[in-house]
Amino acid sequence: MSTAKTPAATRQGGPPFVMALPALLLFALFALVPMAIVVYLSFTQWDGLGSPAWAGTDNWREALTSPVTRHALWLTVKLMVLSWVVQTPLSLLLGVFVAGRQRYRALLAVFYFVPLLISTAAIAVIFKNLLDPNFGLGAALNLPLLNQNWLGDPQLAFYAVVFVIAWQFVPFHTLLYQAGARQIPASLYEAASIDGAGRLAQFWHITLPQLRYTVVTSSTLMVVGSLTYFDLVFVLTGGGPGYATRILPLDMYITGFQSNEMGLASAISVVLVVAGLLLSLALLRFSGFNRMRSQQAGM
Amino acid sequence: MTPTMPSRALITASAAALSLTLAACGSSGRTAGGAGADGTLAWALTQGSEATFRASATQWNKDQPGSKITYQFFQNDPYKQKLRTAVGAGNGPVLFENWGGGGLKSYVDAGKVADLTADLDASPAWKNRIFPSVLQSATFGGKVYGVPVNGVQPVVLYYNKDLLQKAGAQPPKTWDDLLALVKKLKARGIAPISMGGASKWPDLMWLEYLVDRVGGPDTFADIAAGKKGAWSAPAVLEATRMIKQLVDEGGFAKGFTSVSADTGQAEAQLYTGKAAMLLQGSWGYGSINTGSPKFVSEGRLGWAGFPSVAGGKGDPSDMVGNPANFFSLSAQASAKEKKTAVSYLKDGVYNDAYVDSLLKNGDVPPVKDLDAKIKASANADWSSYVYNLTRDAKNFQLSWDQALSPELGDTLLTHLDQLFLGQLSPEQFCVQMDKAAAK
Repeated sequence: MSTAKTPAATRQGGPPFVMALPALLLFALFALVPMAIVVYLSFTQWDGLGSPAWAGTDNWREALTSPVTRHALWLTVKLMVLSWVVQTPLSLLLGVFVAGRQRYRALLAVFYFVPLLISTAAIAVIFKNLLDPNFGLGAALNLPLLNQNWLGDPQLAFYAVVFVIAWQFVPFHTLLYQAGARQIPASLYEAASIDGAGRLAQFWHITLPQLRYTVVTSSTLMVVGSLTYFDLVFVLTGGGPGYATRILPLDMYITGFQSNEMGLASAISVVLVVAGLLLSLALLRFSGFNRMRSQQAGM
Repeated sequence: MTPTMPSRALITASAAALSLTLAACGSSGRTAGGAGADGTLAWALTQGSEATFRASATQWNKDQPGSKITYQFFQNDPYKQKLRTAVGAGNGPVLFENWGGGGLKSYVDAGKVADLTADLDASPAWKNRIFPSVLQSATFGGKVYGVPVNGVQPVVLYYNKDLLQKAGAQPPKTWDDLLALVKKLKARGIAPISMGGASKWPDLMWLEYLVDRVGGPDTFADIAAGKKGAWSAPAVLEATRMIKQLVDEGGFAKGFTSVSADTGQAEAQLYTGKAAMLLQGSWGYGSINTGSPKFVSEGRLGWAGFPSVAGGKGDPSDMVGNPANFFSLSAQASAKEKKTAVSYLKDGVYNDAYVDSLLKNGDVPPVKDLDAKIKASANADWSSYVYNLTRDAKNFQLSWDQALSPELGDTLLTHLDQLFLGQLSPEQFCVQMDKAAAK
């Protein structure tokens, strides 16, 4: 009789484990198995044509000591932090703004969400042309301030990339904040205004605390997502000029598919996965995502 | 409930991280047509000679219904990765277009390419019509692994005649002429040289030419052979210093590091009168002609060989560029496919209609005795210039990024980019390249 229900199922009282099986199988087949192969490849030397030859820890020594990969890792961290710092306040404010019910806000929201409809490659091509120093926006409008060598100057290119990424992703996070802000009961604001709280005070003491979990969700997506920015940067700068925008995913791709060093590229991708795992775990741990409870108990 | 939390968190986190990572790197591809295609499959590139390939296959299939050729076309950059993945997985086509050199050699070394030597020797007429210097790029250890299928692609210096006239100058014959011209043009507010620096490989043309002019072909032969310290040879150091001087003196148009060579913007700067000169492969003629047919037909486009360097060892007739694109035969092809492919390469490629079609595009095939045909073609001036240049060149150096291994080629391009950006000094460039080559 005791075999009828597994202890775990009894304890959790949730649906049986079997229901998770199809998803787990797919996950194993398309995520765990390739991952295991990548770990194996990271100990081999392979140009993608012949058969992989065992190389011991050569790739790992190279991946962990090479200045190129280290620089790529540093750029990825920088991109992650900068993206968060730029995108979070912008999308939070925009989201709260478009959460209002007025007509003009709804109209503006339509414009804000346009980037969501455009594919990443198209965005990259558009900005590549807009930022071109000879035929771009700055040259066309004759604006010296805009007419910089945005994508060709090693100092500027990185910030241009941060900007374009923000342009692409702010609308999505705005959408999250809009939904979050609309969930906040109006009664809270009514009570606050009776107590004499101004708009700013209402924002600080009601909107922001109520949006706490939205901030956590949006930040998790931003931080983990910034580890995998690839397509946009690849089309926009291809990692250049020099190594100025060669972030880790790009370093992995260029090493694997342009230099044809699959072993080294595999080692880099394992670094990427481990970094992603640790970050996700840390975020789950410290943000209180696991302990999320309704903030509206008793309302 | 608490004890199970960490493991659940772990799974969720792993899932999130993995799915995102996989999404980022999942782009290997296979074609549906790989196995089931009708006829003998050939993979080729969209740009350049696509029209010629298409026309020749149509004609061939009409004449030889028993042995059909089927083409599939791909864009340049994704093609390299697709081919490698497909051939590596045993799903490659029977014939594939390539650039010869180190890239082709890696396929040969992996045993993926069939040796064509016996077939060529069996048909001297076929073998002898091709320029030997061109066939050399697909010959390894005395065996031929590919035959050219389109035009020669030497790198020449294009210039805007109007702008040079405005500056009261002649096209530069020597390096000192070029430096003087840069000053003259700048004084008149004209950008001297446009370049697609964001694509990195146009940078390489300057280095290839300067190293050859200063040190002769032996310098690169040492590099290609992997000799220790070959990158620190005096000629390489001298050439990189000359590049640095040209960059520092403002030789290249402002913003050249963000101009992409693939979009034709560097050519556009030349024909819109924003820049006076452009060092580019012979395909640049086609881009300019497409971008502004009037500019070419009114005779405002000029072209010349790369300037000579005083006291240099290299012959001023030496060329760099891509000798041609090649077709190579898969080692895994069946006997029937092989037979079809070889007879197509022999009789379907470079026949009269094929050569005419290439010439119409301004593409000059490396085939002997074409003078009469070229004189009668639409771009006679240009085509005969390229034809004679290639025929008379003492040395035709294959682009270094194709001649070296892909790994070293990629490092070279990035380091060179840094040299042009001023992030690496000429001395650092040489040391770093020696280090990379020693790996």
